[in-house]
Amino acid sequence: MNARKLVAILAASTLLIAACSTGGGGGSKTIGLALSTLNNPFFVALRDGAQAKATELGLTLQVADGQDNLATQISQIEDFITKKVAVIIINPVDSDGIVPAVQKANDAKIPVVTVDRAANGGTVASHTASDNVAGAKMAGEFLIKQVGSGTVVQLEGIAGTSAARDRGTGFKQAIDAQTAVTLVASQTADFARDKGLNVMQNLLQANPDIKGVFAQNDEMALGAVQAIDAAGKSGQIVVVGFDAIPDALAAIEQGKMAATVAQQPKVMGQTGVQIAKDIIDGKTVQASVPVEVTLVTKENVAQFK
Amino acid sequence: MNLARLGSLRAVSVRSLIDYGIYIAFVLLCLALAVASPVFATPENLFNVALQSSINALLAFGMTFVILTAGIDLSVGSLVAVAGAVGGGLMVSGVAWPVALLAGLIAGTLLGFANGVAVTAFRIPPFIATLAMLSIGRGLTQLYTGGRPFTGLDPTFNQLGQGSVGPIPIPVLVMLVTVGISWLVLRHTVFGRNVYAVGSNPEAARLAGVRVTRVLLGVYTISGFLSALGGLVLTARLSSAQPTAGLGFELDAIAAVVVGGTSLAGGEGSILRTLIGALIIGVLNNGLNLLNVDPFIQPVVKGAVILIAVGLDRLKTRTGGS
Repeated sequence: MNARKLVAILAASTLLIAACSTGGGGGSKTIGLALSTLNNPFFVALRDGAQAKATELGLTLQVADGQDNLATQISQIEDFITKKVAVIIINPVDSDGIVPAVQKANDAKIPVVTVDRAANGGTVASHTASDNVAGAKMAGEFLIKQVGSGTVVQLEGIAGTSAARDRGTGFKQAIDAQTAVTLVASQTADFARDKGLNVMQNLLQANPDIKGVFAQNDEMALGAVQAIDAAGKSGQIVVVGFDAIPDALAAIEQGKMAATVAQQPKVMGQTGVQIAKDIIDGKTVQASVPVEVTLVTKENVAQFK
Repeated sequence: MNLARLGSLRAVSVRSLIDYGIYIAFVLLCLALAVASPVFATPENLFNVALQSSINALLAFGMTFVILTAGIDLSVGSLVAVAGAVGGGLMVSGVAWPVALLAGLIAGTLLGFANGVAVTAFRIPPFIATLAMLSIGRGLTQLYTGGRPFTGLDPTFNQLGQGSVGPIPIPVLVMLVTVGISWLVLRHTVFGRNVYAVGSNPEAARLAGVRVTRVLLGVYTISGFLSALGGLVLTARLSSAQPTAGLGFELDAIAAVVVGGTSLAGGEGSILRTLIGALIIGVLNNGLNLLNVDPFIQPVVKGAVILIAVGLDRLKTRTGGS
């Protein structure tokens, strides 16, 4: 653990030195990208996408790794403000905690764009994130196609969260658009695997004939898979999740899950930079820009591993 | 004199009615659900309810020991995660499952003991000491797991959560054995009597020669051990150790204890009541799922049940005054 921490600190200082030496000044061609962490493949891909787009558009991109530490991220944003970059793209460590930093950028008249996670205050020119509604609709349509006809259930996320709301809306759109497959029960399992298992077990009791389940995240889907196995119904119920976490990709390969929905962090990074460019060029930008998501099934699962 | 006797008789019967109220409420709740849902009363579903209640029940048994001394243990959910992570992590790195299981149990027990030390040696109020442990335990788990679940555990180990003996799931057996042992300890040992004594009046207990520090160290250690046991059963049930396992479990465990009627003021309550409390919460969750009740309404129903149960408890202390 200590060694790992040391490496992290070393890496951070190297990054810092690199940032200082290469990115001397700001100016109208420089964009700052403050990421929550680079210790996660998702955000590494986001950075790669942003970098490629910036190069394509002839912009200089300065990347800061917040190491999932709010204080670190705030000082990085303060550095961007001092350098007077043209736009700051922020992927907040914490939606609430980031607000003071956003306000500082507002005071310095530097436009702010948020990616993936939103800021719960300050003035943000544009926010770009995965299109949860479209993703859930796609997942729902796939589930309906696989099931053909009959009944399905839904495992909902934490009530009141935007992800649960949006994914619920998208799934409902898919269900409402046809009549062959009906939704007989929809219960919350709080995005957790253990609750997914318990709730699915109960739903199987109440609705023994169901042919499919849509879980609003993969954790609950994996819990549902376990409930289905325990009930001796392996392979008889189509399970579709959301997020494409490694465990779920493995379950798809083994045929225990039919599909999940993957976000496209690279596209998210590209979109963020494109919005920044539009702001620099004085174009008006949308307050919210959804990024397309893709369906992962047995056919294309290898690409995502 | 006759009149006084009659009065006290009536008081006794009213009290015993309220005393047994929780058992009556449990039966009524089950009957109502049996009427409302045709599948509720099937043996398969009842075993499911017991299975789904078992982990919360284990935590709640430990919590009962602590609450009987007028303390509280907010760290149980985090200790679930610690024990699961230690056990799962060791197994994934190739350690034999019985050793990994033991290590997980020891980790949770030690952190429970640390709670006891904080409460006794440093005189930190239990609420604060265990709140700190809630945070420390969760942090240690995230550090150790790197925020990722451990999967691919030993299939024999997974039987602890997924196997069954005859029709009875193993977690339910673990729960029943634990409730039996806890009942014996609380009712038929000196330590058990001292737990009640410390909870009713620590000063009087001290004067009567009870080693209060030892009793308190004991209850927090027991709570740590049972949280760890719950964590390992959960890990086996999910075939994976989750870094987020046990989030918020402390609230369900406390709810089971107070719904059962054990007094938060200490000195009054029983382990059997906690079992009923845990089963009521399990039945409620199961029933709300079976009836497909709107998820937005469910927390309101659960909260109302807790209010009613604790309301009964207050009523008891007012009419009783033991």
